[in-house]
Amino acid sequence: MAECDEPIIRVRGLKNSFGDQIVHDDLNLDVRRGEILGVVGGSGTGKSVLMRSIIGLQPPDTGEITVFGENALSVDEAEATAMRKRWGVLFQGGALFSTLTVAENVQVPLREFYPSLDQGLLDEIAAYKVVMTGLAPEAGPKYPSELSGGMRKRAGLARALALDPQLLFLDEPTAGLDPIGAEGFDALIKSLHKTLGLTVFLITHDLDTLYAICDRVAVLADRKVIAVGTIPELLAMDHPWIQEYFNGPRGRAATAAVKRNKAQQEAGAV
Amino acid sequence: MTAPAAFTPADRDGTLRFSGTLALASIGDLPDRLHSYEGAVDRLDMSGIDHIDTVGAWLIHRFATEHDAEITGLDADGRYLLDQVSAADAPVAARAPPPTPFTRVLGEIGDAVVVSLTTLYGLLGFLGATTIAFWNVVRDPRRFRFNATVHRFEVVGVSALGIIGLMSFLIGIVIAQQGAVQLRQFGAEALTINLIGRITLRELGVLMTAIMVAGRSGSAFAAQLGTMKLTEEIDAMRTIGVSPMEALVLPRTISAIILMPLLGFYASLVAIIGGGLLCWVSLGIPPVTFVQRLREVVPITDLYVGLVKAPVFGAIIAIAGCFQGMLVESDAEQVGLRTTSAVVQAIFLVIVLDAFFAVFFTWIGWI
Repeated sequence: MAECDEPIIRVRGLKNSFGDQIVHDDLNLDVRRGEILGVVGGSGTGKSVLMRSIIGLQPPDTGEITVFGENALSVDEAEATAMRKRWGVLFQGGALFSTLTVAENVQVPLREFYPSLDQGLLDEIAAYKVVMTGLAPEAGPKYPSELSGGMRKRAGLARALALDPQLLFLDEPTAGLDPIGAEGFDALIKSLHKTLGLTVFLITHDLDTLYAICDRVAVLADRKVIAVGTIPELLAMDHPWIQEYFNGPRGRAATAAVKRNKAQQEAGAV
Repeated sequence: MTAPAAFTPADRDGTLRFSGTLALASIGDLPDRLHSYEGAVDRLDMSGIDHIDTVGAWLIHRFATEHDAEITGLDADGRYLLDQVSAADAPVAARAPPPTPFTRVLGEIGDAVVVSLTTLYGLLGFLGATTIAFWNVVRDPRRFRFNATVHRFEVVGVSALGIIGLMSFLIGIVIAQQGAVQLRQFGAEALTINLIGRITLRELGVLMTAIMVAGRSGSAFAAQLGTMKLTEEIDAMRTIGVSPMEALVLPRTISAIILMPLLGFYASLVAIIGGGLLCWVSLGIPPVTFVQRLREVVPITDLYVGLVKAPVFGAIIAIAGCFQGMLVESDAEQVGLRTTSAVVQAIFLVIVLDAFFAVFFTWIGWI
């Protein structure tokens, strides 16, 4: 099928600005079907703004955004709804509805898009989604204010996955998690990616996450995407920011950790 | 197009065959049909399906568990999906079980009582803390935040002049008009001037201003401090050694204490002007006569009554606002709730105190 080769997200000539401050200028990006694309960049390079533009929360000044092969900027309300059914979004702080319990939060998109589902099935779906994202079953009837930051992220992920989306947007999913929690989250995203055949648009600062789960990495700098590729491909480039990012002390530590894991796995296999 | 999810009933060897797309969008009435399915099933054959997602996998898993059946014919991806979903099968309550109506009502009454008492207790404590902060500043005047206080003057006072003026002007007109209509029945229209002069200076000028300030500034204080509490600004202040009472609460309280008498006086004047205007237009009393008559019938103590009450009301409004703001914890919804409580509490306390003042001033002979 021709559709499969076409990128699931296509951004062309995107320009975003706030007043005098230009965030993006002539930005181009393709996200391929079924990949986990990491988006990195220094603070203030507009990673979150790019995500908000793609999901329609931040209308760009100019540019063209195509999601699932449809022009995301000129769709009418019905088409936009159909589009929203097919993606899930995890915001930085989880963005859970504070008046609803975790399980009810997960049910919101289901109720909204599939009003015919009966309450019993809704409860069951919410239940397995909650457990699937690594929350304890006891978290279901809790309110967001009773959860820790990491639990809120997991609950937010459960809500983002409520509709079994094809496309998942994650905004710094591992920020603020302890290393063990972050590693668990990485494993979770990888496993969900495998289970559901997801395409993931992942904004992160976490080098370990990049190494562990990303198929390709897009680097945002100078108001555009300056490079997209696998980490070895990026390492081969001589852009100063990329070099500093991946070859700084943290970058080297992450590389070493990956090598160690591989060696362990190989030793285990023998 | 994707085919809807369907299944054929079990054949002789107990195999249920599924077909179509077992995904949320095309699930249709499959859950109901599976639920109401009766008959022996040994095996679920999934080889005929196009696609399966977690909802489909969950339904299959549940059905298989209920009927103790074996699932066959899934490809590797489908099998992996099913394993993941089965692993997530745990009892999760969607919401806490609701209490019985009787215990709920009892509980709510109890909560309300406890909340009222603890709030009163907390407010008293906060009043004490503000007084201590004030005393500390008096002993060491360098610690007084002059700029913060003056900035509040503008926010609380100057920018409120327009709305308070308009409100007072209209209230003056209403009092004059209603008073004139009633007093005309006794042929005592001239007493309208007494009514306007005394009620605005003694009561309404300050009271209406207090209500307006509580709505404008008391709420703003609660929202500002509440938001600062949420973003941990107040905690940061404490760790740096800045006392939030001195840096945040005191400037707001002092500016409210200073500005309430000024605003109250201004409101009374504007109300008198409004009333005078109506007297002129509708009763034919010229302004000169109106002012002369005012001076005869309004004792100077009426002005004192208003001016004594005003700073107390200002303190109450600011302290209630700051107190509620400081109570904000954990989530943004609380900011809204606390802001509402701040306004309600401030207006309520102002009116209660006003009643006490009325009795007190009568008792000392300022009538």
